[in-house]
Amino acid sequence: MNIKNSFKNWPDESGFFGNFGGRYVAETLMPLIKDVEKNYNIYCKDKNFINELDYYLKNFVGRPSPLYYAERITKDLGGGKIYFKRDELNHTGAHKINNCLGQILLAKRMGKKRIIAETGAGQHGVAVATVCALFNLPCIIYMGSKDITRQSPNVFRMKLLGAKVIAVDTGSRSLKDAMNEALRDWVTNVKNTFYIIGTVAGPHPYPKMVRDFQSIIGKEVKEQIFKKEKKMPDLLIACIGGGSNAIGLFYDFLDNKEVKMIAVEAAGLGIKSGKHASSLSGGKPGVLHGNKTYLLQTKSGQIKEAHSISAGLDYPGIGPEHAFLFEQKRVNYVSVTDEEAIKAFKYCSKLEGIIPALEPSHALAHLIKVAPKMNKNKIIVMNMCGRGDKDIFTVAEKLKVKINE
Amino acid sequence: MNNRIKNVFLTKKKKLITFITAGDPNLNYSKKILDNLPKYGVDIMEIGMPFSDPMADGPTIQLASARAIKKKVNLNKVFDLCKYVRKTNKKTPIILMGYYNPILHFGNSKFINECKKSGVDGLIIVDLQPENDKNLFELAQRNKIDFIRLITPTTTTKRLNEILLNASGFLYYVSITGVTGAKLKDFKNVEQSIKQIKKKTKLPIVVGFGIKTKEQVKKIFRFADGVVIGSSIVEIIEKKVNNNSKIKNILLGIKKFLNEIRNKK
Repeated sequence: MNIKNSFKNWPDESGFFGNFGGRYVAETLMPLIKDVEKNYNIYCKDKNFINELDYYLKNFVGRPSPLYYAERITKDLGGGKIYFKRDELNHTGAHKINNCLGQILLAKRMGKKRIIAETGAGQHGVAVATVCALFNLPCIIYMGSKDITRQSPNVFRMKLLGAKVIAVDTGSRSLKDAMNEALRDWVTNVKNTFYIIGTVAGPHPYPKMVRDFQSIIGKEVKEQIFKKEKKMPDLLIACIGGGSNAIGLFYDFLDNKEVKMIAVEAAGLGIKSGKHASSLSGGKPGVLHGNKTYLLQTKSGQIKEAHSISAGLDYPGIGPEHAFLFEQKRVNYVSVTDEEAIKAFKYCSKLEGIIPALEPSHALAHLIKVAPKMNKNKIIVMNMCGRGDKDIFTVAEKLKVKINE
Repeated sequence: MNNRIKNVFLTKKKKLITFITAGDPNLNYSKKILDNLPKYGVDIMEIGMPFSDPMADGPTIQLASARAIKKKVNLNKVFDLCKYVRKTNKKTPIILMGYYNPILHFGNSKFINECKKSGVDGLIIVDLQPENDKNLFELAQRNKIDFIRLITPTTTTKRLNEILLNASGFLYYVSITGVTGAKLKDFKNVEQSIKQIKKKTKLPIVVGFGIKTKEQVKKIFRFADGVVIGSSIVEIIEKKVNNNSKIKNILLGIKKFLNEIRNKK
């Protein structure tokens, strides 16, 4: 199959998914990023590397994560049959660890002595801090000061794991600014430092590399659903900020045309309010953080602040592969509001005994809209990409409940 | 090659290049500062195009960008500023420096047309390297606007050769791995790198990032063709603005500083 008739052969050699992606960074970083690419291309085919990654995914993370039939929700919605891919059961509570293990094994082989990362909700930060503890490497996490306040349990977790958390007070004080600051650190400490990017964004090869490490989600789903249902799923659904959990679920199915896919962006207070994080519905192509993609921006090309109740989706951009799949119309991109996500959060907790993170609560909120319209023999797989323990304070505040009283 | 830039480098005198962000703290102040910089001995003026996410800049220039954006400075206003300068100053080269997103949003060919109309002589686009700049580079070249290439301590020999292929005007050597405004300590490596590059090209080479004192300037003038002073000038503007100083005092501060680093009374 050549690059044109498969969705799975992107990016091209320069790191472009169609019009999106590439490498837009300062000259200082260029040679180093090319070095990451060169090493990744070697090790992603290296047996020892693959075996070591498999070992840790199985024994440290607990993979494969179950594919769980959400029976009560299925019955309550009265439509398609709903499965949850339980990536929230991974060690550290989200899908982020899949990618962090892959990248730290690469960092080790490249002889890097210092790890940096950005984090929004703190899930990626916790996963990076975890693998740094596991492999005894110093870890510096950049986090917007706004996110530090709303995700305090994860900040404490990172510190327990030995990471240094640096508050970022510039710009919107959230994920995008944390990423700016991590890039500034990288440009300064370029020789000894490896930057573990948490989503399918950044300069090439990051969008591809992170996707490859996350694509284990979809690979497992393909095997698991065949065992249970003897057929392909009809619909895959996942939330999307930068897009790593969504592409992780989708990637292995991209060339299976019968499988429909929906990615759910955060509409915050509503697209019309202007306070949202839906880069595809409300943004335009641009260049930020090393790649060309859809971005929320002003008329003069300044990056706008995103808004979402979910810190993990609060980002004004989206991974370049998603921008490509959006323009190719392979994946349907929709959005749901803060309010709808909270409703879904409560609904799932009570009905399934699973407290979802606010991020997959967005996917769930859309699923609640579409499942009832689907025939009972249709199969839906939703990526439950994170657990909600970290969000209880945010939700309590929104619901005006005082936890400590 | 652009004529204004070529003419500046005809003399052997070491060049002084300064950076300010357009519209920091407002466009009127920028106008007055740019009117006066050549009188203070500045040979080339870099003007920053404000961007919300300046990932290669340290805190000083980040804040300058934020102050300008607060004043709603966009590319149209940056061009107005350049046109204003060109009314009275036909000689000093103007280099626009910034990030790619506002340009992409403005439109590559419209951007280059405006550059030409406004008397802009060169461009430094921090996050656009030879791999990704084909369209804009060709447009610039056709209009005799120089693409000023950055070379850094991490640039390999192979990469240097690729960069030199499409370089014109002058070369900008980034003295450190780091952001603007950081400290420069290691002169030996800078000197060696410049000597290496000089073997491969006849283009003038200027050194920037982290240059703040007359001792540093003196050292760099021994082996390079010029220095770029950015954060130190922006810092003067920032301090005076925070003290509510008048433009007269800002100009005096900049003049004093530039005289000092050039070792002139």
